[in-house]
Amino acid sequence: MKKLLKGGRVVDPRNGLDGAFDVLIDGDRIARVGRDLPADGATVVEIPADLVICPGLIDMHVHLREPGQEHKETVATGTAAAVAGGFTAVACMPNTIPVNDSANVTTLILSKAAAAGLARVYPIGAVSKGSKGELLADIAELRQAGCVAISDDGHPVATALLMRRALEYAGMFDMPLIEHCEDPTLKGDGVAHEGFHASSLGLRGIPGAAEALGVERGVLLAELTGSRLHIAHMSARASIRGVRKGKEAGVRVTCEVAPHHFTLTDEALQSPTAYDTNTKMNPPLREAADRDAMLAGIADGTVDAIATDHAPHHYDEKQVEFDRAPFGIVGLETAVSLTFDRLLHTGLVRLPRIVELLSANPAHILKIPGGTLSEGAVADITILAPELKVRVHARSFRSRSKNTPFDGWELRGGVAATIVGGRTVFANAEAGLTTL
Amino acid sequence: MSDAPALTALRCKDLLGIADLSAAEITLILDTAEAMKEVATRPIKKVPALRGKTVVNLFFEPSTRTRTSFEIAEKRLSADTLNIAIGSSSVVKGETLADTALNLEAMAPDMIVLRHSSSGAGHLLSRICRSGIINAGDGTHEHPTQALLDAFTIRERKGRLSGLKVAIIGDLQHSRVLRSNIQLLTKMGADVWVSGPPTLIPAGMRDFGVTATPNVDEAIDGADVIMLLRIQLERMEGAYFPSLREYFNVFGMTENRLRLARPDVMIMHPGPMNRGVEIASEVADGPYSVILEQVANGVAVRMAVLYLLAGGVDHEEAA
Repeated sequence: MKKLLKGGRVVDPRNGLDGAFDVLIDGDRIARVGRDLPADGATVVEIPADLVICPGLIDMHVHLREPGQEHKETVATGTAAAVAGGFTAVACMPNTIPVNDSANVTTLILSKAAAAGLARVYPIGAVSKGSKGELLADIAELRQAGCVAISDDGHPVATALLMRRALEYAGMFDMPLIEHCEDPTLKGDGVAHEGFHASSLGLRGIPGAAEALGVERGVLLAELTGSRLHIAHMSARASIRGVRKGKEAGVRVTCEVAPHHFTLTDEALQSPTAYDTNTKMNPPLREAADRDAMLAGIADGTVDAIATDHAPHHYDEKQVEFDRAPFGIVGLETAVSLTFDRLLHTGLVRLPRIVELLSANPAHILKIPGGTLSEGAVADITILAPELKVRVHARSFRSRSKNTPFDGWELRGGVAATIVGGRTVFANAEAGLTTL
Repeated sequence: MSDAPALTALRCKDLLGIADLSAAEITLILDTAEAMKEVATRPIKKVPALRGKTVVNLFFEPSTRTRTSFEIAEKRLSADTLNIAIGSSSVVKGETLADTALNLEAMAPDMIVLRHSSSGAGHLLSRICRSGIINAGDGTHEHPTQALLDAFTIRERKGRLSGLKVAIIGDLQHSRVLRSNIQLLTKMGADVWVSGPPTLIPAGMRDFGVTATPNVDEAIDGADVIMLLRIQLERMEGAYFPSLREYFNVFGMTENRLRLARPDVMIMHPGPMNRGVEIASEVADGPYSVILEQVANGVAVRMAVLYLLAGGVDHEEAA
């Protein structure tokens, strides 16, 4: 079964492609990319010229909540949200109940993902048993079962010694350790970025230094061990500085930024709605100088990936006092629109860089298939609509949870279609693709 | 009403914080409180302004002073009042604040007076309830009726708020009284100085339009008003300062230190006081202290707020 995507702008930074090309899909693989390819028996799909064909987007940081918290999200609803957001693959964090610290849990997640048949799911295993920060999890077993990285996300790895050991041990598989950077004593019981807005609302603060201390520790230990460290959801300007210094010194460190951290500031705590618990996440929304540092890091190449930290919570868990509300917002179904609106249409970066951040680099960091349209690669393709006018409507999200601060926002840029293994798993009628 | 105020009503059904009030609204409340204060001098201390209105005092934190003050204010206005005190332990095992509010709401009270340990609890209630919400203290956010009664007390003594130097000293970080007071006083044109250990000065203080300094003497130099904030004894455990003794030596308000302030300085404290920690007993009981006047004025100010928010009655009837 062959399919020929004809027309459209192909952007594949790994192969240095950016222009009008056709893409021939054969089964679940990419057969050819070239100009004016002959149909040759393939089903021809005409792609309008203003749409962009790129390697499938990969969100390397999501919480699918299954097993254990299926009222928030399941692998099925989470991957439905993923493909609606243009993601052909997601990597899911191990803080499920029970924690993904064994092959059993990994296998369960993978079987749920296969049954759903939407986005590819790459589990991330725990660094420590139960993510308790005491004993190492069975990392080799996790890898064998399908885990692509390790993390105790939600918390930093408990001690410098345990982190050193984990880096050394995972280093034998060249698996990255993904670190949630935070000094727990400086974070304390904080609930919002320490600054004017938290002070005026009487919310306990979390200084940017709490995160940056974790970054410094991680970079030093990655240097000591020679292993790969990936820093999750950066929010503080000093963290960007720490990563930049590490990279300059040749340390094997990569990092990601979430769309809410390059879009919002802590002003959102007060306005438009004071104490909106959908502005509560960890790390918190920070001040303008921090947000601007995220943008600068995206522009100058310090930032390797955009990842959503998709963190679904049930509405009644969020409809509580601000300091009692859980941290986190959903992100899969708004990431592309925010990226286009805030990074592309502002002129900060060009389209190939966006494809690097959302596809090529995450694939490279996690060493997973995809991230390229090379011949023979998996036919994971996202068709983007950079000019599409999108109005965020939380109630229409495929995700089981609707906890977003972006409800009602009008953004420029969206997703036209998502193709996983040659199969169209999402097509957006509003983007004008009907025959896919 | 003695003076005709520029405004005759508040814009909002709630009083969640001073942040939402304009200078004109603050003046309206203070002017209305003047008329209400007169009620306390009558042999029959009761007016029918809120007859038939139901006011629920919903207190999730222990409070004697504020709850009593609200209750007296409500009774003097002839409202039907109901006190609900919910210990924090029953919240942990019991229903959410939203559910508590919805259950109360189903019984259609006119006003809910809320005291809660979480900042923004009143905002949550306000989004859920049709009843008017009065914030009687939410976490470390605001305590608007305290700031209003403080302003009333200052205005009564000094005749104005504008141009006065007001120094606020103590645990700034954890004080809702501070946040309400600096907003009110800066809106009304006072020159506000705040002081305390640097560990207890909130981040971004400069953006509040006040001068922050750890040097108490500088803060009270030439001050017309000094407000002291309670130092909670458990703060030592958070390593905010070394000992109560050292706190008193460095920041405590003593008679000796008071000489730096203006000769007619007013000493204020929202209570409850720690004698010998933030304030020496000689100062608390001394001639500059207006601490008990604050308490008396609290009733009048709360009557004014209840009256203006519960609304629907013209000014003649109240006076």
